[in-house]
Amino acid sequence: MAKTRIMLKVNNRDVETLAEPRMLLIHLLREQLGITGPHIGCDTSHCGACTVDMNGKSVKSCTVFAVQANGAQIITIEGLAAADGTLHPLQEAFREHHGLQCGFCTPGMITRAYRLLQENPHPSEAEIRFGISGNLCRCTGYQTIVRAIHAAAECMNSAKEAAE
Amino acid sequence: MIPAPFTYHRPQSLDKAIDLLAQHGEGARVVAGGHSLIPMMKLRLAKPEHLVDLQELSELRGIRGESSALIIGAMTTQHELIGSELLAARCPIIRETSLLIADPQVRYCGTLGGNVANGDPGNDMPAVMMALGATYRVKGPHRERDIPARGFYQGAYSTALQEGEILVAVSIPMPADRHGYAYEKQKRKVGDYATAAAAVTLTMLGGACTSAAIALTNVADTPLFAKDAGEALVGSGAGEAAITEAVRRAQSITSPPADGRGPVDFRVHIAGVMVRRAIARAKQRVG
Repeated sequence: MAKTRIMLKVNNRDVETLAEPRMLLIHLLREQLGITGPHIGCDTSHCGACTVDMNGKSVKSCTVFAVQANGAQIITIEGLAAADGTLHPLQEAFREHHGLQCGFCTPGMITRAYRLLQENPHPSEAEIRFGISGNLCRCTGYQTIVRAIHAAAECMNSAKEAAE
Repeated sequence: MIPAPFTYHRPQSLDKAIDLLAQHGEGARVVAGGHSLIPMMKLRLAKPEHLVDLQELSELRGIRGESSALIIGAMTTQHELIGSELLAARCPIIRETSLLIADPQVRYCGTLGGNVANGDPGNDMPAVMMALGATYRVKGPHRERDIPARGFYQGAYSTALQEGEILVAVSIPMPADRHGYAYEKQKRKVGDYATAAAAVTLTMLGGACTSAAIALTNVADTPLFAKDAGEALVGSGAGEAAITEAVRRAQSITSPPADGRGPVDFRVHIAGVMVRRAIARAKQRVG
């Protein structure tokens, strides 16, 4: 099957590559581009481990063909920390509040939480829980994840206020 | 899981998309949000040779109000339905239902058109569209036509949509200003299809029910419009006796399979519970 040329912006870097139309975005990212932050968990669009940000929306990259993403802007967990390595407030908060144990769901969880806080910078606990309901975690029982997202929101809001 | 190979098309206009379907016949499928079709392709239950991606067709997006109807483009996502102030004000059952579909990631992708046209009896929007008396505008190579939601569903994954036709928009007669509504869905977990669900819309005047429509999700191989159940309420005060009769009539047309969501009797029972709750809540919400 002929390959298609695919152009993406991944974590602010222009990428050009070839892929068969049937290649899933998660496979392109992990196997072709070496971006292994997003994980393959269930491979059936339930678990959210493969979540990436595509054109400002959280999507499960196991259920998107790479060709559908042609021309898109993608952000993965690798794109959240600053260029100098300073962690994103969400990453910092997950570490501080034990928002992970085994860490398998974490890249998807944080990437999803990133978009949630972009859309709703002051979420209630219920809104956080509803907002991450497409991401499964088998370790934490979610309590510490919710706490971490809440803490990250506060940190981002005070940084924003300080800047203003 | 890796799907069978296919050729990918991303047409820039609706006419071009219709041409592609005409050219490739039954080997072609359209893809909207893809969250029903792509999982089927990964399981190789669907093996289209040509995939026609509708994502560039802005003419299929958007929500607008006309004097007598709400028109929703087929490619409008669940996320956009949830965020629509127009729908929240004029037809809030759509928002209520969208919030019960899948999860946030899926709702960014999943479209109204995909949800109603796919013909999966587990999809939630078809019953809502039946209750609202919606019509589907479809376009093929030779003509455009309107199909009532209540006459669209023929069997599991089998609909009145003919080969080569694309669903363009859903048209909903403008609901009455002070109508009551509810979509009640029982599911085992976030993202699950319904064990049973019920959509109810009704109007009341001076304590009497003047119109009512009831439809059911996932308790037969198609969504069900429970015409007789709605009629059991009309003319009554939608009190206990009328609700019990409506529940009985709704349950009488169900024929759910026994599956992971429970044995047949249980699912019929839950269908009744959903109808009862939806009527009660709709009645409470009448303005």
